[in-house]
Amino acid sequence: MEFNLKIWRQKNAKAKGHFETYHISGIESDASFLEMLDILNEQLIREGADPVAVERGCQSSGPVSFDHDCREGICGACGLYIDGRAHGPDDHVTTCQLFMRHFKDGATITVEPFRSSGFPIIKDLVVDRSAYDKILQAGGFVSVRTGAAQDANNILVPHDVAEKSMDAAACIGCGACVATCKNGSAMLFVAARVSSLALLPQGRPEAKRRVQKMIAKMDELGFGSCTNTRACELECPKGISVEHIARLNREFLGAHFSD
Amino acid sequence: MADKLVSKIPDGPLAEKWTKRKSEIHLVSPNNKRKLEIIVVGTGLGGASAAASLGELGYNVKVFCISDSPRRAHSIAAQGGINAAKNYQNDNDSVYRLFYDTIKGGDYRSREANVYRLAEVSSAIIDQCVAQGIPFAREYGGYLANRSFGGVQVSRTFYARGQTGQQLLLGAYASLNKEIASGTVKSYPRHEMLDLVVINGEAKGIIARNLVTGELERFGAHAVVIATGGYGNTYFLSTNAMNSNGSAAMQCWRKGAYFANPCFAQIHPTCIPVHGDQQCKLTLMSESLRNDGRIWVPKKLEDVEKLRKGTIKPSQIPEEDRDYYLERRYPAFGNLVPRDVASRAAKERCDAGYGVNETGKAVFLDFSEAIERLGHQKVAERYGNLFEMYQKITDSDPWKEPMMIYPAIHYTMGGIWVDYDLQTTIPGLYAIGEANFSDHGGNRLGASALMQGLADGYFILPVTIGDYLSHKFSEPKTDINAPEFAAAEKAVQARIDALFAIKGKTPVDVLHKKLGNIMWEYVGMAREEAGLKKAIQEIDALKEEFYKDVCVPGTQYGFNQELEKALRLEDFFEIGKLMAFDALNRSESCGGHFRVESQTEEGEAKRDDANFMYVAAWEYKGPGVTPELHKEPLKYEFIEVKTRNYKD
Repeated sequence: MEFNLKIWRQKNAKAKGHFETYHISGIESDASFLEMLDILNEQLIREGADPVAVERGCQSSGPVSFDHDCREGICGACGLYIDGRAHGPDDHVTTCQLFMRHFKDGATITVEPFRSSGFPIIKDLVVDRSAYDKILQAGGFVSVRTGAAQDANNILVPHDVAEKSMDAAACIGCGACVATCKNGSAMLFVAARVSSLALLPQGRPEAKRRVQKMIAKMDELGFGSCTNTRACELECPKGISVEHIARLNREFLGAHFSD
Repeated sequence: MADKLVSKIPDGPLAEKWTKRKSEIHLVSPNNKRKLEIIVVGTGLGGASAAASLGELGYNVKVFCISDSPRRAHSIAAQGGINAAKNYQNDNDSVYRLFYDTIKGGDYRSREANVYRLAEVSSAIIDQCVAQGIPFAREYGGYLANRSFGGVQVSRTFYARGQTGQQLLLGAYASLNKEIASGTVKSYPRHEMLDLVVINGEAKGIIARNLVTGELERFGAHAVVIATGGYGNTYFLSTNAMNSNGSAAMQCWRKGAYFANPCFAQIHPTCIPVHGDQQCKLTLMSESLRNDGRIWVPKKLEDVEKLRKGTIKPSQIPEEDRDYYLERRYPAFGNLVPRDVASRAAKERCDAGYGVNETGKAVFLDFSEAIERLGHQKVAERYGNLFEMYQKITDSDPWKEPMMIYPAIHYTMGGIWVDYDLQTTIPGLYAIGEANFSDHGGNRLGASALMQGLADGYFILPVTIGDYLSHKFSEPKTDINAPEFAAAEKAVQARIDALFAIKGKTPVDVLHKKLGNIMWEYVGMAREEAGLKKAIQEIDALKEEFYKDVCVPGTQYGFNQELEKALRLEDFFEIGKLMAFDALNRSESCGGHFRVESQTEEGEAKRDDANFMYVAAWEYKGPGVTPELHKEPLKYEFIEVKTRNYKD
């Protein structure tokens, strides 16, 4: 297969970015999107190292930087905005689990970073998502010290409750929900953590404090508000439901009125 | 120098050793803990749980990771579960049985005392994780559910769908976040350790590169903990994450820490087969699938041919023409034999010509019987996300046709040598989790990596490190302007400058793939003397090519992934050679290490206890010099050493 790739290039956080277009061919349809970018990078490195190619006016921006790690859809490191969709045209996948068979041979594909004021660009397609860490540091935990726990079976959790909590806990923190939201809201991300813990008995003692602190931090970091378009749910690689945003809202209101 | 290998195993009965050691360890008072600094490198299960627990104790902790967030560490990808000797199933499990299974699974090449301690603290790990709010699978009554894993005959594995590693890591990461918020832990994401700083023989800090700015930075402490995982990516194609690397371990090795059993690498039987040359990563399908999936190849070669041509579907091959070779060869354990045994059996069938895909390197993992027995819904609940993942990657539906699987490099049992306190041969330097060598011998059992990472990080290191630090609280803070720091930074700078100076034409990954091919060919599933010698020569030649022709574009400053990869590949060359040296020395077959020269008539691995019942600890002797071997003898006082038998 062959493709024209229109890729966002930006030297660093302060530099002005622009699109560059590259042609790539000989791609197996079973190759993943990131494997295709690996091949492009190999090509760019070879061209950059070749004085003749450089003289011919070959692009000299070097290989394209992008975050990636596990390549099996679980670490949450990769995240590209492909043809106007977070993680590209397939539903409920991460970028690393997107395969070239989902594209038409010869297509022009536009590749951008996850854009949001909450995620400043570091280089090319790499963004800074440390705001997510900060939100979780504000309260996304159960305050239990190592060694303080009772026997695990003393805390009973009904099967269906555990499953529902797990649905929310499956969040990989990739940032697709923020990137896809027209308001740049981090509500689905925050809701996933709040809801997962709020459902479980272990999470109840701090539930009120947790939701208030996490929401306050989210607002402070400049993420937008939720206007219920549900775009986040559609693009979430783990299919996390906006039902959890509803639970977050209930928790938040409940915390407010019990003050 | 052999006297450095003091394992510090406490005397007395097996079940009392850990209690005894804990009672001997000196304590550090809360006001003194505040004066002490600890560096933790790596934020997987080991690093995150250690950093959080040390922070809770009141130490000043600095924690480093190469990703943008501690949550990305590769522990996140562990699927199947975590073992614990809870005996919640009333199937006669116990601490002793978990200990015994682990020693036996490791083919009698791990320390009794360490493994017993691991089994002993396993139960508390589950308690801790449940208290953190990890949504483990539950029965309808609300009690915790379990499943089975390879190499055992009880159900002791706790799980959260096929995402157990993710949930456990998010639990440890949450505890870490709690400590970051309280100020005891300072987090340095996107920082890569590039050297260990040793002052007067003790570990005192690290040199790290800020991966965003590219600057080299110095960090001092009273102790350093390495929790950077394994070196499976030496093979390029593995189930490890792309950025997983063995560089921190190699830096410690070059500074004097011994490296133990490097040749013990685990090849996991259930991975999605390689699809082509453009592939850079192999995907594991959880071992838990072997609970209900049955592994087979056709009995008749003509069926194999038809499968490869695509003229028949696997489901069309009648039952009597299928060879369920694990059930045939190992009736007592069947599809749940340990990983090394299952991997070799797959290779045996494929080498004999029965591989079921075009490359001849795949076998079937079939759920049709389980779907019939349990129903679609139950199977979906247990393995739904794995089925989905398989379908996404291969474009084939495991509900209709069996999965295709083949072995791939997955985990490394070898690692930095540590004593019972998890301290390396450099005082003040500790290694935990996959980065150390301690608990899995020649082969790790499924669902035990998570157990070990968390045992080390939550319950062992936070206690044992106190013994060392109890002598250090009166020492001033480490001065990062000390000449040792300057020298280490200068050496790192020189290494980086040298890479940019090469100005070659070949991208790093191309050379890394070549290394991977050498490793898989000669230091893979079957190893023999001539091949191992060849591997050493070929790695040397490849290294030469690297230093002549590698292309590292850009500059040191700013974000530069090619530079990161080049630095790591330099270390992979070193690890690869070390693995080959060790494999050459260990002329027995043992666990995941199979020497062709040492097998039974039936083709099973043949151990040589008379000559190899020891930990091989290698000492660095300088660039290009053959490392020196030290032996730590393994003594089995509490169990009888037997030939592993999974047949009856």
